[in-house]
Amino acid sequence: MTRLLDVENLTLDFDTDEGRITAVDNVSFSLEAGEIMGLVGESGSGKSVTAKALMKLNASNSIYGGDSKITLHLANGPVDIMSLQTAKELQVVRGGAISMIFQEPMASFAPAITIGAQMVEQLLIHTSMSALKAQEVSIEMLDRVGISDASTRFKQYAFELSGGMRQRAMIAMALSTNPKLLIADEPTTALDVTIQAQVIDLMKDLVKDFGMGIVFITHDLGVIAQTADTVAVMYLGRVVEKGPVRQVIGNPSHPYTQGLIKALPRLDDLDSPLTPIPGDIPSPLERPDGCVFSTRCSSFLGPQCSVDVPKFTPISHDHMVACHIYQQDQQGASK
Amino acid sequence: MKQDTLISATDVSVHYPISGGKLFGPKPVVRAVENVTLNITKGSFFGLVGESGSGKTTLGRAMLKAAPITSGIVNFNDGEVNYSLSNMDAKELKDYRTRSQLIFQDPYAALSPRMTVRDIIAEPLEIMKLTSSREETDRRVREIATKCRLNLEHLRRFPHAFSGGQRQRISIARALVSEPKFVVADESVAALDVSIQADVLNLLKEIQQEMGLTFLFISHDLSVVAHICDHVAVMYFGRLVETAPTRELFNNPRHPYTKALLSAIPSLDPDAKSLAQKLEGEIPSPTNPPPGCKFQTRCPQAIDICRRDEPQLENIGEEHDVACHRWEELI
Repeated sequence: MTRLLDVENLTLDFDTDEGRITAVDNVSFSLEAGEIMGLVGESGSGKSVTAKALMKLNASNSIYGGDSKITLHLANGPVDIMSLQTAKELQVVRGGAISMIFQEPMASFAPAITIGAQMVEQLLIHTSMSALKAQEVSIEMLDRVGISDASTRFKQYAFELSGGMRQRAMIAMALSTNPKLLIADEPTTALDVTIQAQVIDLMKDLVKDFGMGIVFITHDLGVIAQTADTVAVMYLGRVVEKGPVRQVIGNPSHPYTQGLIKALPRLDDLDSPLTPIPGDIPSPLERPDGCVFSTRCSSFLGPQCSVDVPKFTPISHDHMVACHIYQQDQQGASK
Repeated sequence: MKQDTLISATDVSVHYPISGGKLFGPKPVVRAVENVTLNITKGSFFGLVGESGSGKTTLGRAMLKAAPITSGIVNFNDGEVNYSLSNMDAKELKDYRTRSQLIFQDPYAALSPRMTVRDIIAEPLEIMKLTSSREETDRRVREIATKCRLNLEHLRRFPHAFSGGQRQRISIARALVSEPKFVVADESVAALDVSIQADVLNLLKEIQQEMGLTFLFISHDLSVVAHICDHVAVMYFGRLVETAPTRELFNNPRHPYTKALLSAIPSLDPDAKSLAQKLEGEIPSPTNPPPGCKFQTRCPQAIDICRRDEPQLENIGEEHDVACHRWEELI
């Protein structure tokens, strides 16, 4: 496998009327081509902001940390995304090497322009295709994502398509520019389970066929288990646990990941009680010092949790967790 | 009607007129709910599941008399009153409003940003004139707020200060302050994060037992329904296709649609290959219903009879009803 994306020490603050908010705090991860990485967390955990940072799509009040580094490895050499400034420069990634699909496909299509016209428009902007060729490619893509009668759908408006169909059209549009990296922000959340299963299958197929990488954002651990190769769990702007999906979900090690899984209603065990994570997620204006999860953690150890930021400790190969419990173990072992 | 039934629907249909059709011909209608019969036992947690467009919300509203009942009978009997919802006078309807309540999906849209939490919870009492003095209103608001685990100091604040889970607890407090007997919870946890969802589900269950409520719990999420409901009904295209006690339904689903819904839930085990079939296609357009069984367009097991005749609900076991021509041969 070849490395596609490296994110190192990504930090992102927002300047708001109420003060400066840290949305993403020292986040690092990497992605290989042909791999799906899941980014999981509750609302407010910073997963969407992290993904948008890959295209520098965040609002103008965002302030990137000095050490933040995002490198996209393309065939003709690495691209340092943080150094791109103007809209013109950013076109290398926006709509070029990176495409994005969103949660609410109705809100992402212009309502008064046909699906086809929107697909052709972006091809004309981002590629050197002729209008005729662009139309051909678009219809082919619609067909590829499983939309029957693609040439009719091509001429229709977003409101004429059902939710699942719109999401397929959205995926077709995102893939028609042949991106190297696809960011999918809760792409199945608004869909029914049966349609969700179809879209998940489609995305897995596409990764195989196109060999791109996908950053898959979701709050649903079940969806992650079924799609992703690796996963990073985020809480209040920090990655608290990351690793191969089997290890993270099979052997959740951070108290937060454990809490998420215990809170999940499971069909294989109807008798197990649902255990909520105690307390509420703190306001971003009152981010706890030390470990961000310390205010709700059931394994709270004492001052080190509320003062020191925990470092990543390996649980097993590639499976990393940022929690003082394991740091202690390691220190104990080295003595 | 059985003795312990609180609310029952018998052959209930809800049709909405739509534009189009011939000038003098019959007006075209969308059949949102078609011939649904179900009984909800007093003190039960009754789940209603289905995809978007299956008619579950419309049925829930018809049982609150918040959607027009085109035909059929909805009967409510809590031991004190006995109403047939399609012919109630204004006075009875007003009384029914105090006995039945609705909890909405989106706690951000359901609460007025200009009212304090206290006023939001007190509003039903004031509108229905259930209390005689401000002191009494305040007392009832504090009581229900405590039950819903709201901090009493928060009553003076406005909703914007609260997180999604807290807001949903405020919505629940408002729905329950009039001490209803029957509560429809329409996708009440769908907008919440899992950890908060677990908290709200536990709260609903606790309150239900404490106050002796009867819930109609509408949800698209089968795993949530499995954990909280005693009895489940599955809807597809405005019809009930299967209904059974929760455990029976999940251990022994008989309708191909129920099986497909169960198999579509993403498992936490990455190696779990879904055993049952994945469904192709989508729910058909309500203006153009297919002939025969409404599920035949997507059903992997459809045969000729399915395309011709519409199956009726039949009893196949203790409280287990299914509407499928082939339930016996397909296991």
